[in-house]
Amino acid sequence: MNDPTPRDHDPSDAPHGVAPHDDGPKTLYKKVWDAHTVRDLGGGRTQLLIGTHLIHEVTSPQAFGMLRDAGLDVRMPERTFATVDHIVPTHSLVEPFEDPIADEMIRELRKNTEAHGIELFDVTTGRQGIVHMVGPEQGITQPGTTIACGDSHTSTHGAFGAIAFGIGTSQVRDVLATQTMVMNELKVRRIEVNGTLRPGVYAKDVILHIIKTLGAKGGIGYAYEYAGDVFDAMTMEERMTVCNMSIEGGARCGYVNPDATTFAYLEGRPYAPKGADWDAAVQRWQALASDEGAPYDDVVVIDAADIAPTVTWGINPGQGVSIADPVPDPDAVEDEAEATSIREALAHMQLEPGAPIRGQKIDVAFFGSCTNARLGDFLEAARVLEGRTVAPGVEAIAVPGSQLVKAECERRGIDRIFIDAGFEWRGAGCSMCLAMNPDKLEGDQLCASSSNRNFKGRQGSPTGRTVLMSPVMVMAAAVTGEIADAREVFGTAAEVPA
Amino acid sequence: MSALPPIAEVRGRAVVVPGDDIDTDRIIPARFLKCVTFDDLGPALFYDERFEADGTSKGHPLDAPEAQGATVLISGVNFGSGSSREHAPQSIHKAGFRAVVAGSFAEIFFGNATTLGMPCVTLDPDDLAVLQRVVRDAPDTEVTVDVANREVRAGERVFPAAIPDGAHGALLEGRWDPLGDLLDAADDVDRLARDLGYLPDGSGA
Repeated sequence: MNDPTPRDHDPSDAPHGVAPHDDGPKTLYKKVWDAHTVRDLGGGRTQLLIGTHLIHEVTSPQAFGMLRDAGLDVRMPERTFATVDHIVPTHSLVEPFEDPIADEMIRELRKNTEAHGIELFDVTTGRQGIVHMVGPEQGITQPGTTIACGDSHTSTHGAFGAIAFGIGTSQVRDVLATQTMVMNELKVRRIEVNGTLRPGVYAKDVILHIIKTLGAKGGIGYAYEYAGDVFDAMTMEERMTVCNMSIEGGARCGYVNPDATTFAYLEGRPYAPKGADWDAAVQRWQALASDEGAPYDDVVVIDAADIAPTVTWGINPGQGVSIADPVPDPDAVEDEAEATSIREALAHMQLEPGAPIRGQKIDVAFFGSCTNARLGDFLEAARVLEGRTVAPGVEAIAVPGSQLVKAECERRGIDRIFIDAGFEWRGAGCSMCLAMNPDKLEGDQLCASSSNRNFKGRQGSPTGRTVLMSPVMVMAAAVTGEIADAREVFGTAAEVPA
Repeated sequence: MSALPPIAEVRGRAVVVPGDDIDTDRIIPARFLKCVTFDDLGPALFYDERFEADGTSKGHPLDAPEAQGATVLISGVNFGSGSSREHAPQSIHKAGFRAVVAGSFAEIFFGNATTLGMPCVTLDPDDLAVLQRVVRDAPDTEVTVDVANREVRAGERVFPAAIPDGAHGALLEGRWDPLGDLLDAADDVDRLARDLGYLPDGSGA
């Protein structure tokens, strides 16, 4: 691969793409951006039409309050969809929730969605789940659309060739009131991963490798276009895993061009177009894919064979390492700021400089989150877990990301594999990814986690430690009681070149 | 919408919260997001960095006696990364800060802070290090974040500061909260929604 040198980008850097009315080849990003541009507000700020607005209980109540204060209504309630995910307890849905504030938040969401005629995928519908799973499951997430949600992992929806942004609460207010928001046009970096992934290497490893390579802030000012053999071959669920973590690389959105895989996933879902509308939509979507020869502001090419099972060792998702490699030694790093960051991270993680990450004892195994709690994740994890048991002393929880995934796992009997192995089998929600519900680390517990953030305190304890990895690697950690190479634990190691 | 006041500069004492990649989970831990208004977020700012589990102070810079009443927050590179929670800039604002100076900002944080009328400006690494040292050595130093002239002044020192044109203009023109501008274009939105084909036509029909 080439040697991409990430640098800090001034968000004011103008994109180098084609001019708005150029008839030449364009990226999907540029086509969707132009199609949704209401007007130029000056200074690089664009008023952008948002086709789909997803809301949840944490970042919407204040926005509805602002709307009430300003005497405004919701502009397009039929393009606004709600669910409840962050604060939902995953062990019991008996109401009122034990946590009175959580209970107040779900009631506030019900009140607001009812008052404005917004569809709510509530816990009683069987279709509730993490907002970034509900949109795709319902066929609400569609190619060529703009999507906004008050959650940074909205980048997930880019897997369908949508341009999807995480936004703050004032912007949630803006979208509720006007169905538009202010954005600066992003540059586009094409990230090509070519060749074939080695056995035991998953979508999660691909995105952790990309973030490790380009840095946690390498994507600032960019949209990431994921392309090449590896993304072409991925399922929609795998593409969602990758796009989900675009924001962890600093990129506000990431996308994969829509193709036959995209259309096959969407066809027949409740909100997908039907009949002749479906055929017309597919034609429209196909035309939105990036054109051959489209201009990019940057291109990074990665060889799939260079990607190993990857885990984080530090306190941001860019601090990753191949499972076989040692964690860095700050004394061997010339850049003083970088060395300081490494020291801070190693101190928090209680790791020795230059020590292997493999073999670190874990206390908790968390399998869940909008990154990796879809049916395919559960099938693959169950395949390796079947017949094994969680190591003594390890607290292991499996949390399907949506009620539909949970129900399908149970229909297939997969829940038994987790339960028999010693996992707790939970209900749908964000759970221990961010600790706004009863699922939290305690003290300095070390958690092998299929989630997306290893920030200090992220999983609910200020001294808690998070190691991000793929679900299969979480299974390996759960059954061995330590950070482990799943290829060795589950036996694909022999297929892997040394 | 009534006109907003232009924000040309912020002047006051400053406090340095050192470190790069300070994410919004650190700025405000998730448990403080359990609320339906932003009103009470001030005390939650950097809570787990400032206090032990039993509430005793860890001696964080924000809790130093000389930091009380500071209005300018100074930090490192990639400030505000991670979660889109507006609770982060809201807690900074509610704690009394009116501007943030850093090496760079994560984009969602930057946009959220600008919409609150809290300017975020960046300094080059060397200048940032000098500014941090000046403030640490003499916490009484008056720091001016001069948005209009794109500079930060601390005592005798003047540092060139960067802020993107869009935010610069919006702050100076009193248009940092964009809702008024957005509402003005309702007809354009209707037309575009019709053209796009996948949206309702906006008529409410």
